Amino acid sequence: MTDKPEKFIDENGIRSDGRRANEIRDVKIEVGVLSRADGSCYLEFGKNKVMAAVYGPREVHPRHQQKSNRAIVRYKYNMASFSVEDRKRPGPDRRSIEVSKVSREALEDQVFTEYFPKSAIDIFVEVLQADAGTRTAAINAASVALADAGIPMRSLVSACAVGKVDDTLVLDLNKDEDNYGQADMPIAMTPDGKITLLQMDGHLTKEEFKQGLEMAQEGCRQVYEMQRKALIDYYSKKTEVLATEATATKDVKEDAPEEPEDVTPVEVTENTEDTEKIDDTNETEDSEKTEDTVKTDDVEESEDSGEDVPYIDEIADETDGQMDESEEESFNE
Amino acid sequence: MNKEIVSIIQKDQLYNLMLKGERADGRAFDEIREIKIETGVIAKAEGSARVEIGDTKIIAGVKISPGTPFPDTPDVGVIITSLELIPLASPEFESGPPRENAVELARVTDRGIRESGAIDLKKLCIIEGEKVWMIFIDIHVLDDGGNIMDAAALGSIAALLTATIPAERYELGEDAPLPIRDIPVSVTAVDIGGGIVFDPSLQEERVANTKLTVISNQEGALAGMQKSGSGSLSTDQINHIVEVACKKAQDLREKFLEI
Repeated sequence: MTDKPEKFIDENGIRSDGRRANEIRDVKIEVGVLSRADGSCYLEFGKNKVMAAVYGPREVHPRHQQKSNRAIVRYKYNMASFSVEDRKRPGPDRRSIEVSKVSREALEDQVFTEYFPKSAIDIFVEVLQADAGTRTAAINAASVALADAGIPMRSLVSACAVGKVDDTLVLDLNKDEDNYGQADMPIAMTPDGKITLLQMDGHLTKEEFKQGLEMAQEGCRQVYEMQRKALIDYYSKKTEVLATEATATKDVKEDAPEEPEDVTPVEVTENTEDTEKIDDTNETEDSEKTEDTVKTDDVEESEDSGEDVPYIDEIADETDGQMDESEEESFNE
Repeated sequence: MNKEIVSIIQKDQLYNLMLKGERADGRAFDEIREIKIETGVIAKAEGSARVEIGDTKIIAGVKISPGTPFPDTPDVGVIITSLELIPLASPEFESGPPRENAVELARVTDRGIRESGAIDLKKLCIIEGEKVWMIFIDIHVLDDGGNIMDAAALGSIAALLTATIPAERYELGEDAPLPIRDIPVSVTAVDIGGGIVFDPSLQEERVANTKLTVISNQEGALAGMQKSGSGSLSTDQINHIVEVACKKAQDLREKFLEI
């Protein structure tokens, strides 16, 4: 651990890592990086590296946790033993239990849990490298992973911390500022300004608090734009691939119409999964779908693949904090 | 788990009362229930306090003994706070290792004491890098009548204020009172359908989705904060809670706690 620096901010208002007081660190977001998870996201926030995976909606184990009217959301924040300077003992400690709890509570309300009774939505976040602000980085990644998993959400959640060093408020504390600073306040919010996570420790006057809250909200807005962009970029690219594949599939199917999935490239199988995920709620509809698929001829099949495009638009819509009307209806059926 | 047990009728009732500006127990929105604090209740503990807020009862005990400091902070004392939600206090509590609620309550209590600088930890160093005073704050919840958080925070600071360092017992000089510099006080509020009520009763706590705890120090600045529960709060709501909480904390401090 480094010693306390004499000054956190130089006379030009520049912090030890070259940022100004109201700047966040560089953020890198990758969507859909894991093959087994239903949704995933790798995120770097400065030197923080976190990986989030979402599984579900799926069966609840242990059974008694199941809720008859909604899905339960579970969140597990875990720090890798090698993520910090002195090896962290593996497994949950009191800190990670608390972080998991508040992070779950930051996301839970944005998920339409009522669409998936008796099921579980599991979020796992691994902190691979820690450098102050891991819980906010983890929430940012988890939020993107939820969207990637196709879980219907009211909006994305973006998180950012604000703190105080040298009696000055600074956005997104780095390691030294976190260790030796005077205050640390992580917050998470939705794009429409609802605050879903708020923690604070240290020393802030009421005025500093108000100002800090505004700064952190601005930070969250910046993060939100990046999350949104990452999702749109990923799914626009995927749409292009799918469109090409769809044309290719059509040609292949003329030779083997009975078992289209066996011959189709991997990407197409993935896209079928995505479509079906939405329908998981309705078993009857699901089985009808399967029958349909068996009966489909080429024309209908190509229509089916066409349906994927609006689904991807819906993902983009979700990031706007809105649910697509038609999607909502299909859930209520 | 408890939330599901609350009937929809009860939820509606509290919500309708809120719309009329009322609470089920007749309190004003920012009114705190009657508080009783009794200190020195456990002779064997170095400091202790029994706190009642309405129906909620907790007992906080402070034990102090010499121990090894953490390697990264060799010259300061150690605070360890734990809180248990024992089955004696509520049909919803189960025995076993602390679950997330208990962990959260303990950590927020700890944060208030630590971050406000309530204890002058530098004065608790006996031999640098080898021996420091370790302060164990243990909070036992006896009856859950809602708002355990504020009771736990009040209990721990009240117990610390009366605590003595048992130096004679360990042949480390003379007994002395614990060096206390600040008195952090926690005030909690919940959101019931948009209305903010302070010091929630058990019923209110169950119905509410969102809770915000604000811990402020003697000078009226903030030392700690924690949003709890799955709901969200607007900036205005948060600012309102902070404003009222600091004022209420000052009242409580004047009434019950003195260095």
